[in-house]
Amino acid sequence: MIDLILDRVQGIPEWGLLTGLGLLALVAPFVAPSLATQLAFLWLMVVFAQTWDVLGGQLGYNSFGNVIFFGIGCYACAVVQRDSGLPYYEALALGLALAAALALVAALVFGAALLGIRGHYFAIATLGLGIAAGEIAAGWSYIGAGSGLAMPLYPGALGSRELFFYFVMFAIATGCFFTLRWLYGTRFGLAMNAIRDDEDKAEAMGLHTTAIKTIAWAISAVFLGLAGGVAANMLGFIDPRDVAFSGATFGVWMVLMAILGGKGTLWGPVIGAVIFHITKELFWTYLLGWQRVALGLLIVAIVLFFPQGIMGWVKARQQSRAVVTP
Amino acid sequence: MTLLLDVQNVTKRFGGVTANDGVSLQVRTGQIAGLIGPNGSGKSTLFSAIMGAFPIDGGEVMFNGAPISKLRVGPIVRSGLVRTYQQTRIYSEMTCMENMQVSSRASQGNVLSLLRLKARGVDVRAEDLLAFVGLYEKRFEHAGRLSFGQQKLLEFAMALMCEPKLLLLDEPTAGINPTLINGLIDRLQRANKELGVTLLVIEHNMRVIMNLAEHITCLAHGCVLASGAPEEVRNDPRVLDAYLGAH
Repeated sequence: MIDLILDRVQGIPEWGLLTGLGLLALVAPFVAPSLATQLAFLWLMVVFAQTWDVLGGQLGYNSFGNVIFFGIGCYACAVVQRDSGLPYYEALALGLALAAALALVAALVFGAALLGIRGHYFAIATLGLGIAAGEIAAGWSYIGAGSGLAMPLYPGALGSRELFFYFVMFAIATGCFFTLRWLYGTRFGLAMNAIRDDEDKAEAMGLHTTAIKTIAWAISAVFLGLAGGVAANMLGFIDPRDVAFSGATFGVWMVLMAILGGKGTLWGPVIGAVIFHITKELFWTYLLGWQRVALGLLIVAIVLFFPQGIMGWVKARQQSRAVVTP
Repeated sequence: MTLLLDVQNVTKRFGGVTANDGVSLQVRTGQIAGLIGPNGSGKSTLFSAIMGAFPIDGGEVMFNGAPISKLRVGPIVRSGLVRTYQQTRIYSEMTCMENMQVSSRASQGNVLSLLRLKARGVDVRAEDLLAFVGLYEKRFEHAGRLSFGQQKLLEFAMALMCEPKLLLLDEPTAGINPTLINGLIDRLQRANKELGVTLLVIEHNMRVIMNLAEHITCLAHGCVLASGAPEEVRNDPRVLDAYLGAH
């Protein structure tokens, strides 16, 4: 039965699947306007999971500090919108450009500093990085310190704000997906996998391992920075510890979603993000008061029963059935 | 024949232990050279020292006429000096073809050139080399699923894939089924003759190394004990003592 469904899904050509999902995503906010913000957050989750998987899945570097690029994006965009004196949309565009640029620079700097350490040590170092960033932001009065930063009001008509940010976030998620789809299809992607499997060997085979790791992190940082700028505007308010550098929520969720969907695959993080986001929202709606407990149990269940993730499980099933793969 | 590798008085200490004590050896272009010695005599350390895995405490390594002892692993490999390991090291979650393609010379390019290259695709050279080591049928299998011996062959093919001038092989026959060893010797000789790869081989199997190498160096306690044609080294009383434990 499961195999039958898997075969059916696999029978659909990828472009067909992408077009179908794309059309659905374009129509959805008009069909259900009350869900537009919810769905925009779904795309944010997709960006989170996909960008985490670049290092965590494809390169074998578990980062618990990726949220720092999101936070940098939040603040960079907010400061430009506050101080530039430009009209709303121009300020937003400039803010997003700066968000991406600053996140990129941060990834290059942190990459040079941290990507020399491996395994658990890298995970701990990045965890520290995320926490430190939150504390610094909470103490820096130029960006509002502990009381946070309010975003400028959206100038459009009532109801158009949700739609606008839905489509901006959708564009970022789509751009991220196709960038990574292309990236994983290049020799660069193969080299990332080689580093994941045996970094010393990859170095001893002449690969430019340091450059590959740093550039990979920078690519995921750019999309996180963009997503940060848009998310700040969607929320209307940035809190240093609970929104921008929120390691305990966003920071953990991005890891979980990628693991749930299947690390090291293109579609895994997307599927993981969708399932996780829907489940989480259902918990918030129907298990109010117990939502964090339910989410905690879900996390334990994911790690226990889906260590390979959904795509990993599908792959293993196919491999056990296939005799010779072409 | 010109000197391809010239190791001059290399010394490497780990704390109080001198793993290599003024070791010198030469490998000429086109040669198959052997490196033997009892366990712990510093053979693998010498390979690591040549490959720039750690800084050496004294001496110099010349490769293709240029000093390389100050270089790190990456630049040394890209200049055409490649090693394989005693324990196999392959990319276990990738297929054999992917293992081969990521080992090509093109994959050693900078990030921009990697972004312009397709990950997979038809690669005649990779297929030919897999066929050369007898793994063509396994080309779409995950490398981690291969047996130990097959992984060793894959690692050898990967090393050939990056077109080395000199290949350092650390015990290529260890752990390989005795009936396959003859086939491996044949392949090493063909790689040397047909592909023009100079070889320096660490080997414990005396039958193998005596048949294979034109020139053998024997290490003991980190020093060169004897060096010369296989016959001379085999009959050298000091070498016999080292192996039989007279020290």
